[in-house]
Amino acid sequence: MGKQVLLIEDEPNIIEAISFILSRDGWSVATHANGETAMDAVHRHAPDALVLDVMLPGRSGYDILQDLRADPATSDIPVLMLTARGQKKDREVADRLGATRFMTKPFSNAEVLTVLREITGGT
Amino acid sequence: MPETRLTGSRIRERRLALGQRQADLARAVGVSPAYLNLIEHNRRRIGGKLLLDLAQELGTEAAQLSEGAGQALVTGLRDAADRETGVSPEVDRVEDFAGRFTGWAELVVAQGRRIEDLERVVETLSDRLTHDPHLAASLHEVISTVTAIRSTAAILAETEDIDPDWQNRFLRNMREESQRLSSSAEGLVTYLEAGSDRREMQVSAADDVAALVEEAGYHFPPLEGAAVGEGEISMMLERAGTLRDRGAHDLARRMLVRYLSDARAMPLHAFRTSLSNTGNDPARVADGFGVGLDAVLRRMASLPPAEGMPERGLVVCDGSGTVTLRKPLEGFPLPRFGAACPLWPLYQALARPAQPIEQVVEMPGADPKLFLCRAVSVPRPASSFDAPPVHEATMVIEPLEEAARPIVPIGASCRICPRETCAARREPSILGMRV
Repeated sequence: MGKQVLLIEDEPNIIEAISFILSRDGWSVATHANGETAMDAVHRHAPDALVLDVMLPGRSGYDILQDLRADPATSDIPVLMLTARGQKKDREVADRLGATRFMTKPFSNAEVLTVLREITGGT
Repeated sequence: MPETRLTGSRIRERRLALGQRQADLARAVGVSPAYLNLIEHNRRRIGGKLLLDLAQELGTEAAQLSEGAGQALVTGLRDAADRETGVSPEVDRVEDFAGRFTGWAELVVAQGRRIEDLERVVETLSDRLTHDPHLAASLHEVISTVTAIRSTAAILAETEDIDPDWQNRFLRNMREESQRLSSSAEGLVTYLEAGSDRREMQVSAADDVAALVEEAGYHFPPLEGAAVGEGEISMMLERAGTLRDRGAHDLARRMLVRYLSDARAMPLHAFRTSLSNTGNDPARVADGFGVGLDAVLRRMASLPPAEGMPERGLVVCDGSGTVTLRKPLEGFPLPRFGAACPLWPLYQALARPAQPIEQVVEMPGADPKLFLCRAVSVPRPASSFDAPPVHEATMVIEPLEEAARPIVPIGASCRICPRETCAARREPSILGMRV
């Protein structure tokens, strides 16, 4: 059984596309679309990696990242942040809060797969 | 370097600027060098023929020496000099410059102001994603759709053995997302086009309204007649060319609705009569009309200039001290950006809600000016029973020739205020380089 990734993103068609390519790459994929309840979802799924969008309804991805890193149960989960703004400022915030990697939309599918493999130390 | 206030200092400055020796000048006007020295250090009064002779020798006007250049101009020049860090203009000779080249000096001041305005515009535009939430949201929408399309298209193109059900599903997603993209792109273009003819000098809706008030001198004749209503307000807003958008329109409407309600409660003629009968006492006028003191203060400032009636300025601020309404008055500078002097009775009123404050204040300058300020702070009507009170302070300002009571020294803003030892000082003055 493959590793599990939790995708926290609110755009249904992006969720569908990413879920599709990740599943085909051997990942077991869980998705969650709400920022407010994202932490619960992380605890419930205990994924091997997290793909986290910055702009979420209810709560920003940065806030969620901060909570993840502050919680011993989730502080080590590799996190790939997705954002629509590639500004330096955003990248700095993501780095400071402890994002493992940072990717700006639009991204290429292959890139997402490569990065996820890298940050989970997989093949 | 001294701020020159006195005739003697001006004479000395002028002589030094021309590189003339004291002894030579003294001889030319027929006095002893020692006497000229006393004059130059303001230890002897000077006037009449000697002043005329000195002015002639120094190639200037006597009035220039005795009165100095317009204080507003000098303040403007100092301000301009302070904003530019790379150069070091002769700040000690600013009056000389303003006096001799008044037109050029005015140009420097006007350009300085324009630069300040434009810098704000540039700042707003260059970080537009931060300052313009609508633009940020539209772009985010575009990028989200593009992301979905790109990712979905790649799946369709690169997955060789794709299941027909999945294929259909992704094709449908593509169509959906491209429709969404074209409408959001269209909306974005419309929005950017509409933004391109904005007035560059006014960077916010509040600036637009300030310009409207300033232009009218806070007196709107269409709202002064009997039986006028909100229809007139709509027509005025329709005609006003300075309002950029809905936000500015709404702000201006709020200001005018309030004006109309003040004008209805206190019709022009009755208000004038009441003012003169009470010896300009706002409290008694308020009592007579059965209105709030703040309404009377606003109404006083709205009166058009007339015989025997001082021109009045008006400042209204909210609880944070942010100025929400301003009618400038000659000699009483209201800073366009940044905070004003905390000693203004306006702010004193904010600290003592509902307590009317009347004070004679002095604005510093070569020719310090006195003003009578009357201020009061009242809570605005609450939107709900347990809402926190929102206070608003109102101050009306009128020029005063002399005062028979204590005078409170104030300023315009710390940066251009010469009162070095002021307890309320929050930042050094650009005039604070005195010897």
